[in-house]
Amino acid sequence: MTAVLEASSLGKRYGRRWALSDCTLSIPEGKVVGLVGPNGAGKTTLLHLGVGLLAPTSGSIEVLGGRPADGPAQLGRVGFVAQDAPTYAGLTVDKHLRLGAYLNPSWDDQVAHHRIEELGLDPSQRAGSLSGGQRAQLALTMAIAKRPELLLLDEPVASLDPLARREFLQTLMEVVAEQGVSVVLSSHLVADLERTCDYLVVLVASRVQLSGEIGGLLASHHRLSGPRRDPGSLPATQDVIEESHTERQTTLLVRTDDAILDPTWTVKPVTLEDLVLAYMGRARDTQPTRRSGLKVLR
Amino acid sequence: MIEFQLDSTSGVATYLQLVQQVHQALQLGLLEPGDQLPTAQQVVGKLAINPNTVLKAYRDLEREGLARARPGQGTFIVGTLPRTDPAAQARFLASMAKWLVSARSAGLGPDDIEAIYRTAFRNCFAEGVA
Amino acid sequence: MIRSTWMQFRAQAVVATSGLLIVAVVMAITGPHLVHLYDANVSTCAAHDDCSTATSSFLQNDHALQVGLNVLAVVLPGIIGILWGAPLVARELETGTYRLAWTQSVTRTRWLAVKLGVVGLASMVVAGLFSLMVTWWFSPIDRVNMTVFATFDQRNIVAVGYAAFAFALGAAAGVFIRRTVPAIAATLVALVTTRLLDFFYVQPHLITPVRHSYSLALGTTISGYGGSNGAQASLFPGTPSLPNAWILSTDIVDKAGHSLTASVVNDLCPQLATVLGGPGPGAPQIQGGHVAAIGPAPAGANQVLQACVSKVGATYRELVSYQPPGHFWPLQWAELALYLGVALALAGTCAWWVRHRLS
Repeated sequence: MTAVLEASSLGKRYGRRWALSDCTLSIPEGKVVGLVGPNGAGKTTLLHLGVGLLAPTSGSIEVLGGRPADGPAQLGRVGFVAQDAPTYAGLTVDKHLRLGAYLNPSWDDQVAHHRIEELGLDPSQRAGSLSGGQRAQLALTMAIAKRPELLLLDEPVASLDPLARREFLQTLMEVVAEQGVSVVLSSHLVADLERTCDYLVVLVASRVQLSGEIGGLLASHHRLSGPRRDPGSLPATQDVIEESHTERQTTLLVRTDDAILDPTWTVKPVTLEDLVLAYMGRARDTQPTRRSGLKVLR
Repeated sequence: MIEFQLDSTSGVATYLQLVQQVHQALQLGLLEPGDQLPTAQQVVGKLAINPNTVLKAYRDLEREGLARARPGQGTFIVGTLPRTDPAAQARFLASMAKWLVSARSAGLGPDDIEAIYRTAFRNCFAEGVA
Repeated sequence: MIRSTWMQFRAQAVVATSGLLIVAVVMAITGPHLVHLYDANVSTCAAHDDCSTATSSFLQNDHALQVGLNVLAVVLPGIIGILWGAPLVARELETGTYRLAWTQSVTRTRWLAVKLGVVGLASMVVAGLFSLMVTWWFSPIDRVNMTVFATFDQRNIVAVGYAAFAFALGAAAGVFIRRTVPAIAATLVALVTTRLLDFFYVQPHLITPVRHSYSLALGTTISGYGGSNGAQASLFPGTPSLPNAWILSTDIVDKAGHSLTASVVNDLCPQLATVLGGPGPGAPQIQGGHVAAIGPAPAGANQVLQACVSKVGATYRELVSYQPPGHFWPLQWAELALYLGVALALAGTCAWWVRHRLS
């Protein structure tokens, strides 16, 4: 399977601060990828690198087998919605669609107008007077009407009310079902990701902490609770991601592909939210010299 | 056409919920052979879930012999669920009652019993999530 | 890309066109009247021998409009350039819409090139049309004034260059500063500075001026005698009659090129100081060959001055450096080419910066 996004030790520096460091990813096609992490983690930087708005400081990135923004053809294969869905406040919805038609040879006008109609948007209304949800839908329409192979969405629902958020995701999933497009969407709301994503990338403090198919990740992570003990006593194949202790009890979140054979553990599955929080916590507790390899906490 | 619901708090995998709802509809007679299942596009357009989830559920139904995908047309119900044999139901109810009695006499309380049941149930039916 | 640029620019184009139309209407109403007055009064004035009154009363017509149009002719190219140039990229960067514009199927370079081309061309056209209209309207007045170079910047084709330059400057400022209002301010300052520098230091030398020496004569090449700011009194250079020429410098020099000094004048014309009461703040000034009414003029002062001029004129002549009217159009083209060239260079810098630095 070809990768839609391939990053190799990708890094971006502003002055002395690394917004993204040592990022290595290989995202397969046909997935809806959730890019999750706290604010300032580097999600926007990664997406902007993928779409050619930024150039790498170190390492490399390839999108759909080509260099981002390398030419009109490459630009036409990737649809992008930036944070807060920028639109031209003075232009009407209809003019935005015309803009899209002028600027994209692969523009499908029927799809665009059909979507606008379905969404109930008034074509003669200026984008500046649309609600946040409507602007997000307009921006999404512009991104998908050119029939891209990959969609990159930067926190598309972060500032939307729950109904607008649901409607946006409904539209997005419809498009995925209809066009078979791969999607990378960043968010800090795990609940949305859970419904829609089948691939996860956790980005914290400018580094990739975790990446993989969600099904596989959830299958290989377990919550163990049992009598108090030292996590160091676990077999080496069980990697402790998170630990907490009371006087008598130890609770761990471990990653392992082996079966848990120790009968003193109560084994429970892990939710996506637990998983993301555990990795975010781990990144915060261990310091920048950490490498992206897994490490057992003591 | 069947309309799917999603219970995001139940802990049951999404695709499984879809399969179960088809089973229930078949048992209640709301779905019959020849009926078309909603397209993945229709389902995700309402539930905002990943289309692969729907496809996985439909593949499972195909494997169970309940549905068949016809290229270019959609997915259709082709089979029926064997009506649960009332005698079998009664048998299992009885053996369950016996099990409960012995569990109680072994000193297990309601919460223990529930925990054991849930673990066993999950291990039996869950193959992964989403 | 051209269509999309035009779509976003249309509103501004409408404003500019409306403005041009309003000016055109005003000119259409007042212009022919001026021509009529000229034909009636000025072109026939020589026959009636009242040219000075005829011309001065003619020049009073529509005086306010004259001033207004001349001012507008100076500022309009700059204003268009700034208002259309500065926001071109800065607005997109400021509002974040560049994240939409640069992720369509058009590369950044092409996006910028087309925007610069379309809007830049529009500003040149508007400035050019306005300049054309102004030139037409002023033609009878300019014919009377015979000082084409005085309105060099406000007529004919140079406005096209000024507009292109102001536009490119604004666009560049917008690209570097990334915010519209500061870019406008910076462009304004840079524009005024450049235009002033150009006016005083560059324009006179775009084409080598003509240098000619004239014999000294009171009333033309010698304007008078006196001292200023407490300096020693000397002969003042005047200007020979060179209609429609641009006098750059006048210097009274001898064959070796040495300038006339006050001490030489004193040596050659010792009576001058005594007759006229010597140098100093109260010393009377003589201009145009006649004694000015500052204090009592001693009798015979004029003849003394005349004699002095003849004496000095034996060894000294006035060297005048000037642009003749024949140089007017070559200078217009040279100025236009200069500004267009710089505008192009600025546009290229913009393109390079947007491509390589804004990431």
